[in-house]
Amino acid sequence: MNSKAAKTPLIPYLFWILLFVIAPIALILYYSLLDLNGNFTLANYVKFFTPVYLKMTLSSFWYAFLITVFTLIFAYPTAYLLTKTKHKKLWLMLIIIPSWINLLLKTYAFIGIFGLYGPINALIEVFGFNPKQILFTDFSFVFVSVYIFIPFMIIPIFNSLDKMNPSLVFAARDLGASAWTTFRRVVFPLTIDGVKAGIQVTFIPALSLFMITRLIAGNQVITLGTAIEQQFLVSQNWGMGSTIAVFLIVFMVLTMLVTKQNSKGGRA
Amino acid sequence: MKKLSATSKAYLVFVFAVLYAPILYLIFYSFNSGGNMNNFESFTLEHYQAVFEDSRLIVILINTVIVALLSGLIATVIGTLGAIGIVSIKDKKMRNTILSLNNVLIVSPDVVIGASFLILFTMIGVKLGFASVLVSHVAFSVPIVVLMVLPKLLEMNTSLIDAARDLGATKRDILTRVILPYISPGIFAGFFMALTYSLDDFAVTFFVTGNGFSTLSVEIYSMARAGISLTVNAISGLVFAITVLVVIGYYFINQKAKSATSEGQR
Repeated sequence: MNSKAAKTPLIPYLFWILLFVIAPIALILYYSLLDLNGNFTLANYVKFFTPVYLKMTLSSFWYAFLITVFTLIFAYPTAYLLTKTKHKKLWLMLIIIPSWINLLLKTYAFIGIFGLYGPINALIEVFGFNPKQILFTDFSFVFVSVYIFIPFMIIPIFNSLDKMNPSLVFAARDLGASAWTTFRRVVFPLTIDGVKAGIQVTFIPALSLFMITRLIAGNQVITLGTAIEQQFLVSQNWGMGSTIAVFLIVFMVLTMLVTKQNSKGGRA
Repeated sequence: MKKLSATSKAYLVFVFAVLYAPILYLIFYSFNSGGNMNNFESFTLEHYQAVFEDSRLIVILINTVIVALLSGLIATVIGTLGAIGIVSIKDKKMRNTILSLNNVLIVSPDVVIGASFLILFTMIGVKLGFASVLVSHVAFSVPIVVLMVLPKLLEMNTSLIDAARDLGATKRDILTRVILPYISPGIFAGFFMALTYSLDDFAVTFFVTGNGFSTLSVEIYSMARAGISLTVNAISGLVFAITVLVVIGYYFINQKAKSATSEGQR
């Protein structure tokens, strides 16, 4: 291609990169160094390392970890069984449809389902127990998050399982490997890229969730995302909010490095 | 192929049941004449009627669609041009740098994007509202379009372009008559994805929307925070119906396209 003429289409695109990729990161870094009066300070960073924020970070990680683990535990077998069905593309489509329904609507559904007079509590009563407050607990938060993320975990795992050459499994079985050994030594390692991609699209968003925490967890759970929203929109302390965002970006980069793939994956 | 065992089938049924239960639950109670999601009193369409009579809600719905279509369109133009530009970069290092920058917004948490855009708009003096929401949606859709168009461009045979040039096509002709038609499936896929991202986005919009402007997600959030309202159920019924229609349409178009290509190969 003629290089001079071919560079012109890049101009709006490069402008986009400059304004919406580089500038926002720079601004977040800049604001993280400002106090409430706009003076330069490292106080926000010092504050982040106080027990209050460290505890919040730790609990945010713990919840994101739990959410990722449970999502994986339920998603892997689902993806595996889906590849075994007839019309597997159609079934996969049916898994994807719920992920197209607006996130807020699905979260809203659980306000009713987990409510004090909701169907779950009605069921509990049938078995002779007293209704419990399920909404605004850790359980409801983790459950709803897993529910939201499951399709995004299934898709990459399904794709990598689907790409796998089935004769490798037959070979392993012929050589005397048990079903479990075959899975552990052959199937799982071959699909690890799908698992990593799934973890990426679950763990990072789980760290930064905020509407599920607000709607489902009440103020029981505070994730890094909730804290950023709080600082920006409620406390109007953009400096502290930016500092938390800087750490969130750092954690994101670390997660990406840990789950780095050999072949280029995609986001679901 | 081995048949699935009963346990496997039961597990799949369980997963599908859990995935669909909340949605069906919402839709079921959207027909409830009682005001809650616990006791079904009698069948009614009043909540659907309420959606269509609520002019504020209709305005929000129109806003949401306009933002999605417009941002999708603009992002598709910028992204497609960007992808064409990226392919023309010969320097490998430069190309990889740009591609990494391209992916930053895709992997970044929504809250961080929302917060940083809020700072950006405040600094350069964009008023929060329609403009800021539209621009943010364009911003986070561009990289998706690039990722959808790029593979098509990379698989395109460059001799097509050489041939066109030898036959005397101008650069403009080459772009509009050779490159764009070839990569159009990628462009459509990109536009479609941008549309879905925009319709679905909550977190970024929540940060950059001012007081006067709202999209469906943001509105549902504030309604949900206020408590249960069966109007939201009616909205979800409508959203689900539209989604299923789109999926069915998409599936049939795909089948048709597939059978068309396989016939073409014969």
